[in-house]
Amino acid sequence: MKQRDPDLLLFHAPLLRQGMTTPKAMRDVLLALAPATLASMWFFGLSAVLILASCIGGAVAAEWLFADRQARGESLRDASCVLTGLLLGLTLPPGLPLWMAFLGGFIGIALGKVIWGGLGQNLFNPALLGRAFLLATFPIAMTTWVPAVTDGGFLQVYPGNLALPFMQVQIDAMSSATPLGLMKFEQEVTPLTNLMFGKTTGSLGETSGLLLLLGGVFLWLRRDLDWRIPVSILVTVVVFSAILGLFDADRFPSPLFSVFSGGLLLGAIYMATDPVTSPVTPKGAWIFGIGTGVLVMLIRVFGGLPEGVMYAILLMNAATPLIDRYTQPRVFGRGGDSQ
Amino acid sequence: MTAGANRETVTPSSLRLVLTLAIAGLISGIAIIGIYESTLPTITANKARELREAVFKVLPGVSQMQALVYRDGELVVVEEAKKDEPVVYGGYDDSREFVGYAVPAAGPGFQDTIAILYGYQPAQKLVVGMEVLESRETPGLGDKIYKDAEFVGGFSALSIDPEIVAVKKGTSSNANEIDAITGATISSKAIVRIINETHTAWSGKLPAPGSEPSIKASEPTSAEGGQ
Amino acid sequence: MKNNQSYEEFIKGVWRDNPVFAQVLGMCPMLAVTNSAVNAVAMGMATFFVLVGSSFLVSSFRNWIPKQVRISCFIIIIATFVTIADYTLLALVPKVHKELGAFIPLIVANCLILGRQEAFASRYPTRLAVMDAVGMATGFLLALFSLGAVREILGDGALFGVKLFGANFEPWVIMILPPGGFLTLGVILLFFNWFKFKKDEFLEDVAEAERSGH
Repeated sequence: MKQRDPDLLLFHAPLLRQGMTTPKAMRDVLLALAPATLASMWFFGLSAVLILASCIGGAVAAEWLFADRQARGESLRDASCVLTGLLLGLTLPPGLPLWMAFLGGFIGIALGKVIWGGLGQNLFNPALLGRAFLLATFPIAMTTWVPAVTDGGFLQVYPGNLALPFMQVQIDAMSSATPLGLMKFEQEVTPLTNLMFGKTTGSLGETSGLLLLLGGVFLWLRRDLDWRIPVSILVTVVVFSAILGLFDADRFPSPLFSVFSGGLLLGAIYMATDPVTSPVTPKGAWIFGIGTGVLVMLIRVFGGLPEGVMYAILLMNAATPLIDRYTQPRVFGRGGDSQ
Repeated sequence: MTAGANRETVTPSSLRLVLTLAIAGLISGIAIIGIYESTLPTITANKARELREAVFKVLPGVSQMQALVYRDGELVVVEEAKKDEPVVYGGYDDSREFVGYAVPAAGPGFQDTIAILYGYQPAQKLVVGMEVLESRETPGLGDKIYKDAEFVGGFSALSIDPEIVAVKKGTSSNANEIDAITGATISSKAIVRIINETHTAWSGKLPAPGSEPSIKASEPTSAEGGQ
Repeated sequence: MKNNQSYEEFIKGVWRDNPVFAQVLGMCPMLAVTNSAVNAVAMGMATFFVLVGSSFLVSSFRNWIPKQVRISCFIIIIATFVTIADYTLLALVPKVHKELGAFIPLIVANCLILGRQEAFASRYPTRLAVMDAVGMATGFLLALFSLGAVREILGDGALFGVKLFGANFEPWVIMILPPGGFLTLGVILLFFNWFKFKKDEFLEDVAEAERSGH
């Protein structure tokens, strides 16, 4: 097992390289997220920078700590843990204490990736696993939302960010509800233009729908993502809420509201499409997308929580091996069912 | 039938097997009866004390209590309520004057059934105290229904006429409104609903204010049962 | 020599063959009642009492119990001790008993206890059987306590109900919920195995150095 002689290092196939590699795909995704990331800094100022940095720091720390001593540089080079940290950071509320963000990044990589055997082995999306851990651990801090920076400019930092490690957020009077929370608990609809351009309360990355879509188109043009997954999720959500609208248009959210509110775009474009945790077959991708969309709407409309994208994707992640198994194409040269 | 060497090879007679088990069962039975009999007084006393403490807590100023059940159209004093029979506890002060009822109530919460005891003063139709007896609400959120002193304190003089309403924190203005706990709206509303429902169920059965049954024993009754 | 053997039986249960960390037995109470140190210790003591008591009886009567009905006899003995523990806890510490709930009667189904009767107490002399039971029960108690302590410190900022970090501590709610039990147990098992792995590696290195030295 031990390979201490550098001359005996083994590499596994493929030994011929193609243009598309994991580091390159990861860098494309990071690039696609850049506009939304910059927008989050625009809306939430220095707080956004600090939170994103803490998440990435936690993720990189876990990757470094648990990596084999000889392969430390190797596992960090593909930047996948940076992407995990960034994605996690974009799903967090801007007023979250930085130590929680760091912990989320660390847990996401440690429990979401390393423990399964590293990149490519994990069942669940690491960023969402980190977020699920944070939500279950710190339910109040994770659902305390602050409005975007109004005055004080870029250098303003939310007081909650600076809570000492293991200490509480001092809940300030500034907290307000997200569009989905308003819809669910107060029956109050946020104007669509606000949702599209990001002038809403919410987590760092879920405020600006249009910029997220832009990144998605970029990824699709670069062939970095399976377009079937986001398309099927969004179409399912639109159809589902349109049907609900037929029953009672006042009580249920409109299709466009459903698409642009909450973390749906972020989840559908950047998290559900994670090649490791989504099905590989085209038919499987459709099933995965439709399942996620239905679960999102079920949780949002009939569940106890205002937002359900995270749990929907995690549940479908769990179903992915099964979907893959039942959607394998027939093997050529063999009669009948390939199974 | 010699023990030891032959044990593994010779099949013992069925009689011996039966006898072994019977003796083991007998000894075990005696041991269990012994421990049951010797702990029963303590256990009963503990339960009674717990109940008394809860009743005294939800009915300030009370020093004596008795169990009351509704039988044949009127409220009667009992030593011990029958199983599954709804019971209230009448609370009386030092001068044996009636103060109010302590009413056990239960209903679905966010996770599981919440069991509470609330103090009710029929003369002014006021809820004067609330104590959570059993709950499995989420730690950190739902468990504030008994950990949040502000919420529990809100039940110290709450009008239940026509019924209690849980409102968003900081917006209670009427005598029958209570602030729900931020982050535990469902659990706080569950408490209010449980009280309202139990109140409605009892409202026809309690006698008119002033004609409550007077206390029987001068000694504090050791009321028990009526879980 | 004799003392050595009883010490050996004792220490194997505490560390090398620890019922939780090495044998992964008794997971049901392990995960269910370790949300605070007090509960964990109460559970550990109840299990201690049951295990040591039944090991003593089973070992004393091992020559009288026919093998065909041994399991039934073990269960009767264990169940008796469990009932005694149940009523005693209910009388002495009703609050803890309420928290532990159904898990006290369920000690009877703890595979650790029946396992020790079948594998050890019914074959060895009383003194060794009791030492083995004490060792195993101590190991179980320590494991329960370490889990309960970690979960209470993180989940409530306290140990045995004493606040450690002041009023502003942010509790890790998940730690006192069931998933926290799985997470903590997993992490502790990870460290236990990592430690074992490092120790074996170290011993191997030492052996190698000795070989090359000669």
